[in-house]
Amino acid sequence: MNLDYRSLSWRLGLICVVTVVFQIAAVSQVKIFGLNADLVPLVAASVGLILGSLPGAIFGFAIGMLLDLALVETVGVASLILLAIGFAAGRLRELRDPQGAIVPLLVGAAATAAAQAGFLVLTFLLGQPVPFGWALLWDLLGTVAVNAAIAIPVFLVVRRCLIAALPEDPRRRRRRAYTTGGLSPLSRS
Amino acid sequence: MYDRTIRRRRLTLAALVACSLLLLTAYFGESSDGALHGFQRGVFSVFVPIQEGASTVLKPARDLVGWVGDTIDAKGRLGELERSNQNLRARSIAASDALRVNAQLQGLLNFDNAGGLAAAKPVTARVIGQSPTVWYATVTIDQGSDTGIRAGNPVINSDGLIGQVTTVTGHAAIVTLISDGEMAVPARISAGGAEGIVQTGAGGPGDLRLKFIARRYRVDPGAAVVTAGTLANSAGLQSLYPPGIPIGAVTRVDDPGTDAQKIYLHSYADLQKLEIVQVLTAAINGNRP
Repeated sequence: MNLDYRSLSWRLGLICVVTVVFQIAAVSQVKIFGLNADLVPLVAASVGLILGSLPGAIFGFAIGMLLDLALVETVGVASLILLAIGFAAGRLRELRDPQGAIVPLLVGAAATAAAQAGFLVLTFLLGQPVPFGWALLWDLLGTVAVNAAIAIPVFLVVRRCLIAALPEDPRRRRRRAYTTGGLSPLSRS
Repeated sequence: MYDRTIRRRRLTLAALVACSLLLLTAYFGESSDGALHGFQRGVFSVFVPIQEGASTVLKPARDLVGWVGDTIDAKGRLGELERSNQNLRARSIAASDALRVNAQLQGLLNFDNAGGLAAAKPVTARVIGQSPTVWYATVTIDQGSDTGIRAGNPVINSDGLIGQVTTVTGHAAIVTLISDGEMAVPARISAGGAEGIVQTGAGGPGDLRLKFIARRYRVDPGAAVVTAGTLANSAGLQSLYPPGIPIGAVTRVDDPGTDAQKIYLHSYADLQKLEIVQVLTAAINGNRP
């Protein structure tokens, strides 16, 4: 099966733009128990989990860059954090190829926690004021919980958007043991 | 093939990280008029209309989710708010109660100071019971002989005389009100000095009369009636009531200037709404004027 790079690229681009717009225009404005969901790390982790480490890292960088530009925040911060998340999720897929239905949930929660921690550390390192306290901790943990709750649907939507451009249908692929360090589905095409 | 892929992956990752750090450094290093800031503003200006459009389009979905969230939130807060409401209502009632009691105590204090009753060793008491009959002729107060109250002590509130102590126990006492048929209070018209006795009339409670006023005295409606104190011609009999305590105002006079003149009073104190009272436990100068 030939990999349709063009199709994959525009799909990823569309996902990137739609996610940022949807996050800013809708999700950020809806509070559940006073907490917001954060789709961006979930989508970056989902792309990494579906496509592998390199596309995950590139997608994370791109969506982070777009987020920083759209929110007029410090350029490079979100890129750095989200490329790490995309890469890590991709490496998990390449090394372990986890198949459980709960994997997107766990990866989503971990990605959100990593993103929150990353933003916290970078904000602190950049000398910007960080409101340390129980309220901040509650916000961080709450966001992780909310994101964990929506991680599986987000993963399914992202996979549905990408599945036609993948060289191999992940729903039919068989579990393979890690023997050689693993490759992303893109590299197998 | 595999090595090349690994190398490519590492190179790309390193490039992306370097790019991020470079952007971060450049963004921090340049002024707000710099190229990166300008590019960001450009992207932002492009993004704003998309954002606005998306915000408008997504508003119903946002409202729906918000409504669901608000409903869950509201349900969660309902019990908490109900408890808070109960607490606030109780506090509000307690506060208004305290304000009312405070006003009464302040009134009593002013009354004592103005009437020179502070020397009569007033004992402040709360009305804890009232006669269940329609006549309201007696009330029970929460102070008794332990605080120096004795039978016969006059009882006042901030409006004037209300009665006298008739029964005393250690911690409580019963006060018979001036509206009781058995009560008789030596009184005088404040302005003219005509002396008589305040008693209830045949009409029942609330129908107070000033009796035994000599016909030579002219009494006009509106005149204030106060306690007379110990009369000069009382031949050693001491009045239970200090002089000058307001009792009521004359409302009507029938057959004025005759021996049968009837002087009707309206007591200053509302005898059906008593809450804080004072018992005057000591006589000042034999209750003489």
